[in-house]
Amino acid sequence: METSTSRRKLFNQLMKILGLLGLGLSLVILLTLIFDLIIRGGSRIDFNFLTSFPSRRPSEAGLLSAWVGTLFVMLITAVMTILVGVSAAIYLEEYAKPGPMSRLIELNILNLSAMPSILYGLLALGIFVHQFRLGASLLTAGLTLSLLVLPIVIVSSREALRALPPNLKEASFALGATRFQTLIYYQLPSSLSGIMTGVILALSRAIGETAPLITIGALTYIAFLPKSIMDPFTVLPIQLFNWLSRPQPAFHVNAAAAGVILLLLTLSLNLLAIYIRIRVRKSVKW
Amino acid sequence: MSSVFVAFFMTLLLTFSVAQAQMVKVDGSSTVFPLTEAVAEEFQKADPKIRVTVGISGTGGGFKKFCRGDSDIQNASRPIEESEIQACKKSGIRFLELPVAFDAIAIVVHPSNPFAKDITVEELKKAWEPSAQGQIKKWNQIRSSWPDAPVAFFGAGSDSGTFDYFTEAINGKSKSSRGDYTASEDDNTLVMGVSREKNALGYIPLHYFEENSAKLKAIPVIYKGKKQTPSKESVISGHYAPLSRPLFIYISEKSLKRAEVKKFAEFFIQKSKSLAEEIQMIPLPESTYDVVQKNLTQEKWGTVFKGHSQVGMKIEELLLKEKN
Amino acid sequence: MGTRQSRGWVEKIFETWFAACAYLSIAVTAGIVLTLVWESWPFFQQVGLVEFLFEKEWTPLFSDAKFGIQPLLLGTLMTTLIACAVAVPLGILIAATLSEFMSSRMRQVIKPVIELLAGIPSVIFGYFALIVVTPFLQKWIPSLPGFSLLAAGLTMSFMILPLIVSLSEDALQAVPSSLREASQALGGTVWETTWKVILPSASSGIISACILGVSRAIGETMVVAIAAGQQPHWTLDPTEPAATMTAFMVQVALGDLPHGSLGYQTVFVVGLTLLLMTLAFNFLALQFRSRIRKSF
Repeated sequence: METSTSRRKLFNQLMKILGLLGLGLSLVILLTLIFDLIIRGGSRIDFNFLTSFPSRRPSEAGLLSAWVGTLFVMLITAVMTILVGVSAAIYLEEYAKPGPMSRLIELNILNLSAMPSILYGLLALGIFVHQFRLGASLLTAGLTLSLLVLPIVIVSSREALRALPPNLKEASFALGATRFQTLIYYQLPSSLSGIMTGVILALSRAIGETAPLITIGALTYIAFLPKSIMDPFTVLPIQLFNWLSRPQPAFHVNAAAAGVILLLLTLSLNLLAIYIRIRVRKSVKW
Repeated sequence: MSSVFVAFFMTLLLTFSVAQAQMVKVDGSSTVFPLTEAVAEEFQKADPKIRVTVGISGTGGGFKKFCRGDSDIQNASRPIEESEIQACKKSGIRFLELPVAFDAIAIVVHPSNPFAKDITVEELKKAWEPSAQGQIKKWNQIRSSWPDAPVAFFGAGSDSGTFDYFTEAINGKSKSSRGDYTASEDDNTLVMGVSREKNALGYIPLHYFEENSAKLKAIPVIYKGKKQTPSKESVISGHYAPLSRPLFIYISEKSLKRAEVKKFAEFFIQKSKSLAEEIQMIPLPESTYDVVQKNLTQEKWGTVFKGHSQVGMKIEELLLKEKN
Repeated sequence: MGTRQSRGWVEKIFETWFAACAYLSIAVTAGIVLTLVWESWPFFQQVGLVEFLFEKEWTPLFSDAKFGIQPLLLGTLMTTLIACAVAVPLGILIAATLSEFMSSRMRQVIKPVIELLAGIPSVIFGYFALIVVTPFLQKWIPSLPGFSLLAAGLTMSFMILPLIVSLSEDALQAVPSSLREASQALGGTVWETTWKVILPSASSGIISACILGVSRAIGETMVVAIAAGQQPHWTLDPTEPAATMTAFMVQVALGDLPHGSLGYQTVFVVGLTLLLMTLAFNFLALQFRSRIRKSF
C-alpha cells in the first residue's frame, strides 16, 4: 500500500463515525416519530376513551369496538395458526420425505412470507366473502390474517422442533412409542416455548394489518360489540385509518391515541416473544 | 389441550347458529352518512340491544347492495335511478323512499386562493365535462382572467350520488364526467385534499364545507346571471341553484317487517330535524317531515321521482311531490 | 391405549391432517394466483393488453374510461425508488457498522431494538407520513402539496430500513471470521477489510436483503394510501400527488365491488400486476440467497 498508515487509520475512524452517525440518526428519527405520536395522542387516552364507541363527536369517540374487535380477531387467528401452522411444521419436520414436493412446499412458504398483504385481502374477497358467503365478519378476518401470518408460525415451529436433541426422540422410539406418541408426549410439550414465540410474533404482525381487512369490507361505522363469529367488526388499525381520514384535527388526536395503543400492544407482544426466547436459551440444558 | 379445541369448536358451532340478530344494516351515500351516523349513535344510546352498522359504499354502490338485499336501509344523495328500480324489481324488493334532509353541493377552493371569487355554471361544465379529460389543466383555460397555473381537481367518485347529481346538473348527463381528478366516495378525503392543496378546485356536499369552513373557501355559483352564495338560507329559499338537492333513505319492504328496522326508521324521521341542524345539514320543514312520517306508517311504496334526479328542485316542490 | 390397529388408524388421520396443512401453503399460493387470473381474464378480453400497457391514463370507473396501467405503475415505482434510494445505502452502512465496528454486546442490545422497530405497523407510518413528515417537508419545499409521492416515499424508507439492516447484518455475520482475521493480519483496517473483503463476500446476502426491501416497498399499501394521494397521475415529479397500484386497490375496495362488474375486475387486474412484480423480485432474491450457500 502506498498510502500512509495514519491516513488509512484516519479514514477508518471516519467511516466508523459515519456509520455510527447513520445508526444514531436513524434511531433518533424513528424514536422522535414515536415520541411525537405519544405526545400527541397519549393525553387523549383515558378510561372513557377506552370504553366508548366511535362517535361523530371526536371528544366522545372511543376505541371500545376497535380493541374488542382486535381481541376477537386475534383469538381466532391464534387458534387457526396453531391448528394449521404447527401441523404443517410437524409434517415438514417429521413426516415429509425430502424431495421435490417438500421443496415446493418450502418454496411456497418462503414466497408467501414476502407477499403484499393486500393480495391476501383479494384472495379473501374472492373466496371467503363471495364464494363461501362469509361476508365482512370476524371469521373472515381471522381466516385472512391466519393465512397471512402462517409462514411465521410454520418457520418458528420448525425451528423449535429442530432444536430438540435427537437422542431423546430415539430413546422414546426405543421404548416402543409410536411416532405420533413421541410427538404428543415429548416433542410438542418440549418445543412449546418456541412455538409460542412464533405465534406471538405472528399475532404482533397480524394486529397491525389494515389493508387486507379494508379489502374484505371492514370499514364501516361499528358502535357495538360483536356477539358471534359472523358479526361485522372493526379493529384498531382500521379505526386509526378512519379517524386519520377525517379532516377535523380533533380526530387526528384520536388517531394518534389509537396509534399509541396499537404501538403498545405490538411492542408488548414483541417483547414477550424476545423474553421467552431469552429464557429458553438460558434454561435449556439438554 | 384437546379439551380446549373441543370447547372452541363447540363455541364455533353455537355461534354459527346464532345469526345476526337485531341488526340494522345501512349503507350508501357518504353525503348522508354524517346524518345516519348521528341517528345511529343516538338510537343505540337509547336502545343498546339493537345494533346498527353504517357503511359508505357511495350511493351507487349502496343501491347495488340494497337491490341485492344485502342492506336494510340505503342512504342516497339522489333519487333511485331507472336501472336500479329495475334491479330491485328483479330481486322482488319493494322500497319506501323517505326524504330526510336537504343539501347542496359547494364549489370549494383553498382558502388562500386570491383569484377564484366565483364561477359560472358554464365554466364548471368546461372544467368537468368528459372532453376536459387531459385537456383542461390550467386555471386560465377555465376563465381567461385566471392565472396560468395548474388546477388540482377534487370531486366525488363514480359510485357517489353527489357525483351523479353534480354531473347531471352541470354536464347535463348523469355520470358523464372527466376521469382525471382525485375522486373519492369519502368526502372527508376531498376536504383533506382541497384544504392541503393551494391550486385545488373541488365540489363537496355543503355541510362538509360548513363543518370545515376554516379550512376551505366556498365560492358563489353564477347561474342564469345571478350570483348565489351557498348557505342554508340560499338553499331553503331555492336561490342556490342548480346545485341544491334532497337527501333520502330507502327502506326495503322485507326489512321494514323487522321490528328493529321499523323502530330505527321512525327514530330517524323523528330526529332528523334536530340532528341535521347539529351537523350543519339543512332540515326539511316540519310539515314535510309530517308527510314523510305518514308515508312511512302508511307504507307508500315506490319513488315519486321518475328514475332520475330533478335538477334544481326547491324544498316546497319536494313537499308537494311527497304529498301526492 | 387401545389395540395396535386402532392406534394406527387414529395416527393415520392426524398424519393426513398434518400433510394437508403443509400442502395448504401451495393451495394458498395457487388460490391467490387463480383468483387474480380468473377475475382478470374477462377484463383482458374486453380491454386489450396493448391498451393496458401503453395507455397513459387510468380512469376505469368513468364514462370515458381509460385503462392504462402506467400511472399506477409509475406511482409505485416512484415511491419505491425514493424509499430505496435512502434505505439501501443507509441500511448497508448501518449493517456494516453494526457487524464490523461494534462489539457483540452492543449488537445484542441494538439488534432487538431494530427488530422491534421493524414490527411497527404500517398504518402508524401512514400517520407519520401525513401528520409529521409532510408538514416538515413543506417547510423546506413550500410548494409541496398536502399529498405527495415524496412524503410517502421518504416515510417508507424508514419503514423498510430496519428490514434491510437486519437482513444485511445477518449476511455480514455469516461471513466466516477467518476472512476478517486474515485481512487484518495482512494489515488492513476494519473499514478496508469490510469494503474489500467482507462486503463482497456477503454481497449475495445483501443484495437479497435489498431486493426484499424493494419487494416490501412495492407492496406497501397504507403509507401510500394515506399520504401519497388518490389520483392516478402520470408524473415523474415526486412533489406531486399520485396513486400507486396498492392505493388504487384500497380506494376501490372502499366503495362497493359488485361481483363481475368491470370495476371489480380492475382491482384484480392491478393485483395481478402487483403479484407478478412481487414474484419476480422474490425469485431474484431467492437466486441470490442460494448463491450464498454455494460460496461457503
